[in-house]
Amino acid sequence: MDKPFAITLDIGTSRANKTGSWRTERAVYTNRMPPCNDSCPAGENVQAWLYDAEAGGEGYERAWRTIMEDNPFPAVMGRVCYHPCETACNRGQLDEAVGINSVERFVGDEAIRQGWTVSVDVAPTGKRVLVVGAGPSGLAAAYHLARRGHSVTIKEAGPMAGGMMRFGIPRYRLARDVLDAEVQRILDLGVTLELDTKVSDLESLRRDYDAVFLAVGAQLGKRAYIPAGEAAHVLDAVSMLRDLEAGEKPLLGRRVAVYGGGNTAMDAARTAKRLGASEAVVVYRRTQDRMPAHESELREAEDEGVLFKWLTTIKQVDSGRLLVERMELDDSGFPQPTGEVEELDADSLVLALGQETDLTLLDGVPGLVVEDGVVAVGGDMMTGCAGVFAGGDMVPYERSVTVAVGHGKRAARQIDAWLSSEAPEPAVRPALATFDTLNTWYYSDAPRAHRPVLDRARRESTFDEVVLGHDETTALLEARRCLSCGNCFECDNCYGVCPDNAVIKLGTGEKYLIDLDYCKGCGLCVAECPSGAIQMVPEQI
Amino acid sequence: MAFQEIKLYQTGTFVAGNRLLDPEQRSVQARTGRSNSITSGHRACRGCGEALGARYVLDAAMRATEGKLVAVNSTGCLEVFSTPYPESSWQLPWLHSLFGNGPAVAAGVAAALRAQGREDIRVVGQAGDGGTVDIGFGTLSGLFERNDDVLFVCYDNEGYMNTGVQRSGATPPAATTANTKALGDHPGNVFGQGKSVPLIAMAHEIPYVATATVAELRDLEYKVEKAMTFRGARYLHVFVPCPLGWGADSADTVRLARLAKETGLFPVFEAEGGTLTEVSRIRTQVPVEDYLRPQRRYAHLFGDHPRPDIVARLQAKADRNIVRFGLLPEGDE
Repeated sequence: MDKPFAITLDIGTSRANKTGSWRTERAVYTNRMPPCNDSCPAGENVQAWLYDAEAGGEGYERAWRTIMEDNPFPAVMGRVCYHPCETACNRGQLDEAVGINSVERFVGDEAIRQGWTVSVDVAPTGKRVLVVGAGPSGLAAAYHLARRGHSVTIKEAGPMAGGMMRFGIPRYRLARDVLDAEVQRILDLGVTLELDTKVSDLESLRRDYDAVFLAVGAQLGKRAYIPAGEAAHVLDAVSMLRDLEAGEKPLLGRRVAVYGGGNTAMDAARTAKRLGASEAVVVYRRTQDRMPAHESELREAEDEGVLFKWLTTIKQVDSGRLLVERMELDDSGFPQPTGEVEELDADSLVLALGQETDLTLLDGVPGLVVEDGVVAVGGDMMTGCAGVFAGGDMVPYERSVTVAVGHGKRAARQIDAWLSSEAPEPAVRPALATFDTLNTWYYSDAPRAHRPVLDRARRESTFDEVVLGHDETTALLEARRCLSCGNCFECDNCYGVCPDNAVIKLGTGEKYLIDLDYCKGCGLCVAECPSGAIQMVPEQI
Repeated sequence: MAFQEIKLYQTGTFVAGNRLLDPEQRSVQARTGRSNSITSGHRACRGCGEALGARYVLDAAMRATEGKLVAVNSTGCLEVFSTPYPESSWQLPWLHSLFGNGPAVAAGVAAALRAQGREDIRVVGQAGDGGTVDIGFGTLSGLFERNDDVLFVCYDNEGYMNTGVQRSGATPPAATTANTKALGDHPGNVFGQGKSVPLIAMAHEIPYVATATVAELRDLEYKVEKAMTFRGARYLHVFVPCPLGWGADSADTVRLARLAKETGLFPVFEAEGGTLTEVSRIRTQVPVEDYLRPQRRYAHLFGDHPRPDIVARLQAKADRNIVRFGLLPEGDE
């Protein structure tokens, strides 16, 4: 015994005492579904690419590549998407939603500036897929199919690729060099694009291919019967926008009336202003809060001096004037005529009452079901005819570029599975990262940065882009407003707040581990995780 | 806040670290190389605020002194749960003598180091609120008035917890403890008793006095680091919730500390030479009820026979702190 006075035992460490045995619940790192991802029609992993972009510098390219896994049009999206992600964003309950769309635009534009490209990293499968229509849906499907090694041919009836992105959305919302760059990137993957090739008989064509994706869109303007005098000048919005893109300037006159309350009506009215109309008035039969146009489009139209006549229908069109009737909403919110009529001066009337699909190419295709003018598809995007899939505006869903791109992606995954005769892996959807799963105390106050807009004078006379992009500093700041709902962003808080040193930090990018030898299951890390990326799970006892 | 706020990052100054931060800007607790002065395996209850507070303070002090640090501990939870003979959780030289003499022993260690010419080695004395405000108070006042070179830290959990939750001079009014039961017209601890040792320490005009909570890690680390830049007596009073003694959920420890500050019940401030120099303002003011309700020691104020009159008196206490220390957010006074 050579121990000091009154000492009988060797010094020990408390680490011999495995306090993990006290635990009844354990902390488990988890990934919840952020509301932005949940609401993205194109299935983008928004939180993940914002996480990449938050790093700045090389992070922008990682962010772009993360977007490109789901959506080949980041720069287009950053301009024309109606961003349901921002509507769903949890930060909206804190101060104002993260400007996701503006960051996407910055990342997309950066890719074009830097010339980033994607490649096909799998061996060719030897399968041939026909895509009918080079709109957002067809191009997205072609992109995803090409990246999976399939040989893709797109047949497009029009003279240029882009579909409604080119012939429906005016230039002041989407600059054509941006669209061209993103389309070209898809073609560079080896996709064959045949322009001015209208498919009129699918049945005879489809045997040459292993699978078909139909995405012909909806570009026939809906007509409504309105009695018109001989000299009345009536045209439809879809054709007007298409002809304009093809270089034909429509004759509209000084005072233009637009009939309808959707996004196309806004586009038509704003275009009329730019073509020199001194007065553009939108006539809509219901009230402002019931109009289908997106709120941002309405606001921009108002900013540009477009006038609105709510609760009004058009009874008759004559040369230089319209006969209109005032409406009233009944209890069910449906407009009812009041019998009060008045005259409205208008040199021309543009109809923007919705669009229909030209489905004549489908004649004779067996099994195919058409309901309400659109093609019925299953959850796998396949029509009633085996091997023929469809998406975009020609199937019964909400019509937007983002929805169409999402259809393209979904269809490509299903076509890929169908070609290899394997069931596609079911997409796992974890529980939603709701606002109450966050500990918002930790987030700094950070007001949102809004994108600058073009001067009003230039908006009335040119087709220059109205909404401008963020510079790098602002885009980075905006990306960093992301709360990272439901997913760890390595803030080190769990590592900090554990009273038992039972959280092991693995280093940047490697995240953390719970040391179950010592974790007592107090739940402090869960309570103090800002983003709700840890949860308590009962132990098996 | 006196320290540099970190802007730009989504969580700024509030979380321990962040992958995007330059390592130098991260808190001590966010570093893989932190000293873990009190290591795993200690027998503190689940969610113990004191175990957390002690690691926060000592890791920061170890970093500030480059590891040249001795800790002297009074009797209390912290001593009991960390050193059941022959085990120890301490990763630094650590001394325990009695309940009442912690400050005196710490002063003695500092004197011995000075005699040896080892003034580069710094001394931290630490105790719970019992060992500080009651039993060790005489020796603590002596340490202050002699201005011995010791940082004395009180981990305040508002009672004698390891002996079975008895009242101390730091127990707040209306709280139930083993000897202030929720009985009679004035249930719980009585109003008008107890003391504020931070204000008493300021009256000694020692170089540095500060209060902090386990909810604001960066503020706490900043104060420890700053305290180590002074020579002489320094006092740090850290608010550490006790899930056992307060009847609170173990996961609520940090939240309760945050609410204590955000209600104004626990003022967070700094003083030099007896003069108040900085206060940590409330970020989002909340009523005291938000703080009281999650704690069983205040359960008799709610439920079937609620006592809004007592809640109002506690709110008045918080409001008085807010006025006295100027705690309202800037532009909100």
